Amino acid sequence: MTAATSAVPYRELVEAAPVLAVGNLRKAYAGTVAVDDISFAIAPGEIVGLLGPNGAGKTTTVNMILGVLAPSSGSIRIDGIDLLTRRSAALGSTNFSAVYAALPGNLSVEQNLRVFGLLYEVPALSDRIDELLARFDLLRFRNTRGGVLSSGEQTRLSLAKALINRPKLLLLDEPTASIDPATARDIRATIRAFADDNSSAVLWTSHNMYEVEEVCHRVLFLSHGRLLLEGDPRVLPGEYGEANLENLFVNVAREQLRGEAG
Amino acid sequence: MRVRRVAAVALRQFYLYRGSPTRIVPLFAWVAIDITLWGFISRYLNKVAAPGYNFIPALLGAVLLWDFLARVMQGVSTAFLEDVWSRNFLNIFATPLLISEYVLGLVITAIATSLVGLFTMLVLASAAFGLSFMVYGIALASFVLVLFLSGIALGIAGSAMVLRLGPASEWFLWPMPALIAPFAGVFYPLSTLPGWMQTVALVLPPAYVFEGMRAIVHRTPWEISNLAIGLSLSVLYIVGAAFFFRQVYRTAVRTGLLARYNAESTG
Repeated sequence: MTAATSAVPYRELVEAAPVLAVGNLRKAYAGTVAVDDISFAIAPGEIVGLLGPNGAGKTTTVNMILGVLAPSSGSIRIDGIDLLTRRSAALGSTNFSAVYAALPGNLSVEQNLRVFGLLYEVPALSDRIDELLARFDLLRFRNTRGGVLSSGEQTRLSLAKALINRPKLLLLDEPTASIDPATARDIRATIRAFADDNSSAVLWTSHNMYEVEEVCHRVLFLSHGRLLLEGDPRVLPGEYGEANLENLFVNVAREQLRGEAG
Repeated sequence: MRVRRVAAVALRQFYLYRGSPTRIVPLFAWVAIDITLWGFISRYLNKVAAPGYNFIPALLGAVLLWDFLARVMQGVSTAFLEDVWSRNFLNIFATPLLISEYVLGLVITAIATSLVGLFTMLVLASAAFGLSFMVYGIALASFVLVLFLSGIALGIAGSAMVLRLGPASEWFLWPMPALIAPFAGVFYPLSTLPGWMQTVALVLPPAYVFEGMRAIVHRTPWEISNLAIGLSLSVLYIVGAAFFFRQVYRTAVRTGLLARYNAESTG
């Protein structure tokens, strides 16, 4: 399991005006390389799964794309805008939802959406808030503080925030981790429809391989900060002699553990 | 600089104050207690000290002005700490918000909250203890301006320190005014201080304010140009504090501190 395969070659995607183009991205701390020279691109409407065991470099990659962590080297272009030199403009067409970044619990659902809507300069903000409250079944929690919502409701609020500016690039870190299967299915459908309707690119990290197979057009496997595999989640396991994506994931994780032990 | 993004930062603080009496009460309660305490102390000193000298404008006025500086500083730093306490850095700084917009939003919040405190102090000091602001004349506006700018600079620098050193360092933040007060000669002339402390006072804008205030109260000669030095220094410190905040932020982005501040990076 060494060579990376690509459903759509990086160069072809870059030439086709991708929403996200990551080139030779590297992040090194003192004595540790967290992300090591990775390149990938995501086309409009494409949902890409970023997979890998804990410590593989997924969150580091996401943080760099969100502009809260500076790369040691490499480039990130969002909707054609260089993140490193035009950070504010690039982040204007980006948004995210992550399990570790809950919205302030001391603001109500509507207040959170209004504050972040203003930060993203969303036009017709009140209408957009109403639309999202309805879409994520949050209307009855409009005036409820975020901190007293259940974890599933907080996740829906976080997703509503993530879609408030109709981002061209949406980053989702375990978006369905704390919600029931029925709601998770609805959310997957909502995200898919959003990507289709807005020609938005989605980078989706998850440890739920069944979800990844269902949602993602393509997956990227990270291990030790390097891009190990890339391809169609429904085809890739067969190419490596595995029955399904979960087995492939376990194989990658074991390889990482062996690498760490060695 | 985008107005809507600055407004978002201030609106978040407004929502917090509107929905929380425990945030509103401290805006006026502590300064009211201070004014009451020092008002009675001043009255007592007027009784026991040599007749003819009024401690109200000298002592109570100093307390009022010093508390104003502290409230301004706390206005900025508390607004910043709201993002620390609610672990909101990742959400805030992954938006298009510029650092200058963020800091301006904090300053606008500080203006609003410190005005509540200032108004409370002015009403209480004049109504309960007869402090007349006419004593200070037009110079009062300059005093308030210099102290306001100094409080803003202190608040921004303190917030940068918390960003750099982590949430636990907020306990270094609160005593900052108390650390400066002995050097600034809030309650006594700078000539009371040893030489090295007087040298430190030369670079502290509030020192020029309180020297000026006492000169007016004592009707001794005083050069308004001294206050210009204080004003210039306070502007310089605001620029310096803003630069310091930006540099700390950039370092936090480079080292990963900002991402780890709220999110335990697992990948």
